[in-house]
Amino acid sequence: MKLDAKIPEGRLEDKWRNYQVKSQLINPANKKKLNVIVVGSGLAGAGAASTLAELGYDIKCFCYQDSARRAHSVAAQGGINAAKNYQHDGDSVWRMFYDTLKGGDFRSREANTYRLAELSAPLIDHYVQQGVPFAREYGGTLVNRSFGGVQVQRTFYARGQTGQQLLMAAYSQLYKMVRAKKVEMFPRSEMLDLVVIDGKAKGIIVRDLVSGELKRYAADAVVLATGGYSRVFRLSTLAIGCNGSALWKAHKKGAFFGAPSFTQIHPTALPQSSEAQSKLTLMSESLRNDGRIWVPKQKDDTRKANAIPEQERDYYLERRYPSFGNLAPRDIASRAAKERIDAGFGVGRLKNAVYLDFKHAIERFGLETIKDRYGNLFKMYKKITGIDAYKEPMQISPAAHFSMGGLWVDYELMTTISGLYAVGECNFSDHGANRLGANSLLQASVDGYFILPNTINNYLANEIKADYPTIDHPEFDKAEKEVKSNIDRILAINGTKTVDHFHRELGKVMWQECAMSRNKAGLEKAIQQIKEIRDAFWSDVKVTGDSNELNTELEKALRLADFIELGILMCTDALERDESCGAHFREEFQTEEGEAVRVDDDYSYVSAWEYNNGDFKLHKEALQFEFVKPSVRSYK
Amino acid sequence: MQVTFKIWRQEGPNDKGAIKAYEVNGLTEDMSFLEALDHLNELLVLKDEKVIAYEYDCREGICGQCGVFINGRAHGPHDNMTTCQLHMRSFKDGDTIVVEPWRAASFPVLKDLIVDRSAFDRIIEQGAFISAKTGTAPEANAIPIPKEVSDRAMDAAACIGCGACVATCKNSSAALFTSAKINHLNGLPQGRTEEHKRVAEMTYQMEIEGFGSCTFTGACEVECPEGISIINIAEMNARVAKSKVFG
Repeated sequence: MKLDAKIPEGRLEDKWRNYQVKSQLINPANKKKLNVIVVGSGLAGAGAASTLAELGYDIKCFCYQDSARRAHSVAAQGGINAAKNYQHDGDSVWRMFYDTLKGGDFRSREANTYRLAELSAPLIDHYVQQGVPFAREYGGTLVNRSFGGVQVQRTFYARGQTGQQLLMAAYSQLYKMVRAKKVEMFPRSEMLDLVVIDGKAKGIIVRDLVSGELKRYAADAVVLATGGYSRVFRLSTLAIGCNGSALWKAHKKGAFFGAPSFTQIHPTALPQSSEAQSKLTLMSESLRNDGRIWVPKQKDDTRKANAIPEQERDYYLERRYPSFGNLAPRDIASRAAKERIDAGFGVGRLKNAVYLDFKHAIERFGLETIKDRYGNLFKMYKKITGIDAYKEPMQISPAAHFSMGGLWVDYELMTTISGLYAVGECNFSDHGANRLGANSLLQASVDGYFILPNTINNYLANEIKADYPTIDHPEFDKAEKEVKSNIDRILAINGTKTVDHFHRELGKVMWQECAMSRNKAGLEKAIQQIKEIRDAFWSDVKVTGDSNELNTELEKALRLADFIELGILMCTDALERDESCGAHFREEFQTEEGEAVRVDDDYSYVSAWEYNNGDFKLHKEALQFEFVKPSVRSYK
Repeated sequence: MQVTFKIWRQEGPNDKGAIKAYEVNGLTEDMSFLEALDHLNELLVLKDEKVIAYEYDCREGICGQCGVFINGRAHGPHDNMTTCQLHMRSFKDGDTIVVEPWRAASFPVLKDLIVDRSAFDRIIEQGAFISAKTGTAPEANAIPIPKEVSDRAMDAAACIGCGACVATCKNSSAALFTSAKINHLNGLPQGRTEEHKRVAEMTYQMEIEGFGSCTFTGACEVECPEGISIINIAEMNARVAKSKVFG
C-alpha cells in the first residue's frame, strides 16, 4: 500500500482554501441520514461531535469517564497559541508555522503545520464567543504570554486552567447538541474494538462500564479522539484512565501507526517520591516565563536552596541556551535536566529534581503579580508537596507527557482505513518529533472544530447511497466474539500478580530505555524484556470480579494488555530511527556538546507501521520541504 | 504507617450495602490517599477478593471525577481540596479512616464508592451554553471585557463538577454548582442574549432532579476545591427574580 498524504496543490497559504473549494458537499437533507461515531469527548472529540451535529449529522459520542467534562484536555494548564499578533511583536501565521515546524525538528508535513497556524486565530475568536474567560488587560483586550521555543507572546490563557476552560466550552456546546437531540452521549463506555466492513470503518464494540455488557454501534464513519498514550510509561502526567486501546484496536484492524516512539517528556512535573506513586503532576510550562531553573554548582550540596548563594547556582538553561534561556523547548529542557541530574547535581530527597525559582520574579514584579499569574499553580504545589513556593523554590523533574505519535493520518485526518478518522493527540500529524508548549489544545481544537467537519464530507458524500451497516453483520459478530474471548481469557488466568505489578514493570523498562535518551543495545534489550512481561502477564495476572459488572480491575487489565503490545512497537520504532530528532534522542547521534544530530538524508520521513500478525511492517512517508529548508535546530 | 480503613461496600444500586473494615500496613506519608486505596486494592486482589470501586482520573485536582466522604467530610479533613490531592501525611499512624460515597438522593450509588452524577450533565444541558455555532464568531478583541468582569466570570467558571457541594449540604442542594455556571455565562457579554432563559431552565432542572433548596449554611464553599463563594448563590437568586420580571 502506498501512503498518500493527499496534500492539496498550490502555495502553502492557499492549500487549505484550495482543498475546501474542491471537496465534495452534502446537502442538508442528506446530512440527516448520515451517522458518525465519535470516540472521546475532549477538545477534539467534543469539538468534532458538536460541530458535526450542528452541520446536521447524527452523532453518537462515547467516553470512558462518568461525564464528557472529565476528558483529559481538562488538565492542560498554561495556554493555547494563536497567531493573532495582538502584542504587536512581529508574530504572523508564517512565523508560527515556522516555529512549530522547527520545534518539531522538521519531522512533520509543511502543509499540516501551516494549516494549524492558519486556523489558530479564528479558534480564539470561537472560544471567546463560547464564553471562555481568557485573561484580559484592564482595558478589556486579551492578554498573551510566552511559551517555550518561541520569541513572541502568542499564548492565550485562563489562569492556570486553560484546558479546563476550553473543555467547559466544548462540553457545553456538546450538551447543547445533546439537548437538540443531534448528539447521543454514552459516558462510562469504553471502545474495545473497531468493526471494519469491506475495508471501511462501520462501527465499534463498546463495553458498558457499569453493567459490563458488550454493545454494538454502527455508523457511516468512525472518528477516534482518544488522546495520548503516555500511560505506557505508567508514571506520567496523564490521567490514570488515559489509554491507547482504541488506537491499538484500530491499528490491529489495519490503521498504520505513525511515529509511535515520538513521546514528549515534560521538563516541569513533580518528581517521583515513591514506588507506590501513580501519577506525576504537571506544573505548567508557563511557570518558565518567570521562574528560573537551576541546580547547585557543587555536587551533592546538602544546603537548603535558600542558603545557596547566587554565585554557587548553575542556571544551566541560561548558560547553555542564552537566547531562549528558561524558555528552551521541552525536549531540550528535559534533556538538560536529565544531564544535570545524572551528573550528580540533582536536588531533593531522592536527588532526582531541579529547582524552579521565583525569587527574582517576586523581587522584580511583586508578590501580588506573581500570585495573579500563577496563584492556582502555587496552591496546587502546596497541596501536593506541603511546600510554599513563594518562599522556597519548587522542585521539579521530567515526566512522560504528550504523544506526538499516533495513528497515521492524511491531510483529511483519515487513517489508512477508509472512513476511520483520528483527531487530536491520538493522530500523528502536526507536531513532528517534538510539540511546542500550548500547541496541544490548539491542535485538538482545530482538528475537531475546523478541519474534520470540512473533510469528512468528502468521504461521506459517497456513503449516502451505501447500505447503512447493520449490527447483525458477521463482522460485528466476529469483533464482539473476539472482545469477549479476550475478556474471558484474562479473567481465567487467575495468576499470582496484580495488573499494577505488570504495569510498573512495563513502565520501568519504557522509562529506562525509550524515554529521554535511547540507544540501540538498550532498545533491543527492552523489546525482549517487554515480550517477557507480555508472556508473564498472560500467564500470571490475577483479576478478581466478573465481566458482567462494574469492574475497575478488569478495565485496567484490558488497557495494560494493549499498552504492552504498543510498548514493543514504540521501541521498534525508536530502534529503527538511526538519528536524533526532537524528543527522539539516540545517544549514538549527538554532538560533542550533547546536542541532537539529525540525519536528513536517510530519515526525513514519517514512519508508518502496519500491523502484521504480531509483527510490524514499516512504510515511509517521505517529507517534502518545498517552502522551508530544514536547518540545524538551535536555541543557543 | 498502618491505618484501618472502614469502607462502604455496596454491590449495586439495589444492594443494601455495609461498612467493612480493612487494616492496611506499609503505607507511607507521601502516598496520596488514593494511592493508599490502590495499595489496599492490590492486597484484596491477592486475597482473591473483589476490589473496592472508587473514582478518579486526573489525580491532580482538576477533572472532578474523584470524591468520597472521609471521616465525615467531603474530600477529607482539609478545606477546599479534592480527594486526589489528599496525602497520607494528613493522618497519623494507627488512625481509623471512614470512607463513604457522596450522600445525596440525586447521586445514587452505582457500586461501593461510585455514584451517578449525571444529574449535573442534565442541568448543563438546560442552557449552560451560548447558542452560537462553530464558524460564526466575530473577532475576539471586538468586544472589550474589563479585567474585573472577566476575572469574576473565571472565579465562577473554575467549578470542576465534583459534587462535593451537594454531598456536604444537609439539603443536598446543587445551588452552588448551578449558580457558578449561570454566573460564569451571564456575567459575560457573550452570555447576555440568553440570560433569562438560561436561569429559568437551569434552576428548573435543578429542582426536578431532586436537589434540595439552599438554606445558606455555607457548608458548600468550605469543601469546594475551587473555593467558589456562596455569593454566587445570592447572585443566582437575584438573577432568578430578574428573569421572572424580564424573561
